[in-house]
Amino acid sequence: MTLTNDYVLDKITVQFGEDAIWGAYTPDGIMTIFTNRESVVELIQYLHNDEELQIRFLTTLCGIHYPEQKDRELCVMYQLHSLRHNYRIRIKVALPATDPVMPTLTKLYATANWMEREAFDFYGIQFTGHPNLIRILNVEDMEYHPMLKQYPLEDQTREDKVDTYFGR
Amino acid sequence: METETKQAELDRPQKVRGAQELKRQDEQEKQLTTLNLGPTHPATHGIFQNILQMDGEKIVSSEATIGYIHRAFEKIAERRPFYQITPLTDRMNYCSSPINNMGYHMTVEKLLGITVPKRAQYIRVIMMELARIADHLICNGVIGVDSGALTGFLYVMQYREKIYDIYEEVCGARLTTNMGRIGGMERDLSPRAISLIKEFLKDFPKVFAEFERMLNRNRIFIDRTEGVGGISAERALNYGFTGPNLRAAGVDYDARVMNPYSSYEDFEFDIPVGTKGDIYDRFRVRNEEVWQSVRIVEQAVNNLPEGSYHADAPHYYLPPKQEVYRNMEALIYHFKIVMGEIDAPAGEVYHSVEGGNGELGFYLISDGGRSPYRLHFRRPCFIYYQAYGELIKGSNLSDAILTLSSLNVIAGELDA
Repeated sequence: MTLTNDYVLDKITVQFGEDAIWGAYTPDGIMTIFTNRESVVELIQYLHNDEELQIRFLTTLCGIHYPEQKDRELCVMYQLHSLRHNYRIRIKVALPATDPVMPTLTKLYATANWMEREAFDFYGIQFTGHPNLIRILNVEDMEYHPMLKQYPLEDQTREDKVDTYFGR
Repeated sequence: METETKQAELDRPQKVRGAQELKRQDEQEKQLTTLNLGPTHPATHGIFQNILQMDGEKIVSSEATIGYIHRAFEKIAERRPFYQITPLTDRMNYCSSPINNMGYHMTVEKLLGITVPKRAQYIRVIMMELARIADHLICNGVIGVDSGALTGFLYVMQYREKIYDIYEEVCGARLTTNMGRIGGMERDLSPRAISLIKEFLKDFPKVFAEFERMLNRNRIFIDRTEGVGGISAERALNYGFTGPNLRAAGVDYDARVMNPYSSYEDFEFDIPVGTKGDIYDRFRVRNEEVWQSVRIVEQAVNNLPEGSYHADAPHYYLPPKQEVYRNMEALIYHFKIVMGEIDAPAGEVYHSVEGGNGELGFYLISDGGRSPYRLHFRRPCFIYYQAYGELIKGSNLSDAILTLSSLNVIAGELDA
């Protein structure tokens, strides 16, 4: 059998209730749902354990920063894959920038270890329960989280690279 | 002396190699040596640091430090127009740049909704499979080197050079190729390129068969690699392994078959799988994949469809230079594309291709601007290298080196 987005959405909404699953949309054929940080680990655990769904592969995990969205500035995106049914699903959790705390997924997926360290390194998202939450790609004594949108890429004091000359 | 130690090693009961046993021995002896393997060590083939706790020759624990060549590609990509991001992808897995380039192009095409003509798709398949051959030649050649056989490496490296000659004919560059464009290829396959590919297909199988004959059933090589650095299918999946390393553990997941892109469904090829996920299995799976890639290239070259080598997408695909000089419309498009004045539609896409060492994914969010709002690379090396500590625990230092080369960890992709 093949899994359809509607079927999976119904199944998890029945299981977790509409308070925990909302905002489903399908931007590129992959269903994307929002959940809250209290339910996310339980939800991914359920998708993993359910004999019918068998969504047991964490493809990737990354942070996203939306500085304009008040109280939901940060976002963590999990993308999971069921190799059995060749079905992908994306789960997003929005977080306020003042309280960027997420539960860790390392107990379920060993691969989440470095992915979460990367999200911490780039966006400052704290994963509680992570065994070794330190920077992974940047130097230890860096004082900021460089992928946040408030940090510009280029040196702002340079005068030879004025944005208007480059159409941006 | 060397052979005696080796023999003694083989005679020891298997359980002595276990981590538990080592721990007990350590408690008795309390003598551990800290060894810095890397960051610049000739045997690590890249800039990786591993701080090893050694008990004699045995590794008790290891701590990996990465990021030595981190170049913040994800950050840079948020500021560049779409076409300028392709050179960044070159520098991830630089052993198979065309796969990265085309994976990125296909992601953007998915966002823009461009359909690429059949001919361009076939040319892409040819180049991607040649890149896979080049990637696997390096990896398997290096496994040979690390187990003491330099001959095979030097022999197949000549054929990697021939693949690079083909790249050069197709796009002008050899290593960091920046091949193709959003919407197709920048030029058609020239008659010389086709003859180079055909020549390669004629000569390479003989050479590669010799390489396989030297190592596949070689007693010394099997003794060094069989049962070393193995991982079970379950652990491999939990660690997010993809590509040859996962297939060596017995899981037949291949992005080319499961989610075909660029007309892979037109070609007949097999997916080799191993059973134990050890170095020997990884080596054999890669060897077999090289043969399958040769098969795919053969089919693609012989059935190359007629038609255009790029999509009709004037907003994103640069017009021919002659047109730019003579035609107002082409000049405007040229200017707008080069200056990055073209806005992409808002959207969110994920596209993955089967890279040289696993599922290479691109997660792209566009807010309707000139550059991506967020571009995340799913880099297979980054994801599976974290299992390295578990793979080498309790093994010899020399086996750890061999395990590293068999995983085919490419520093550029690891650190992005």
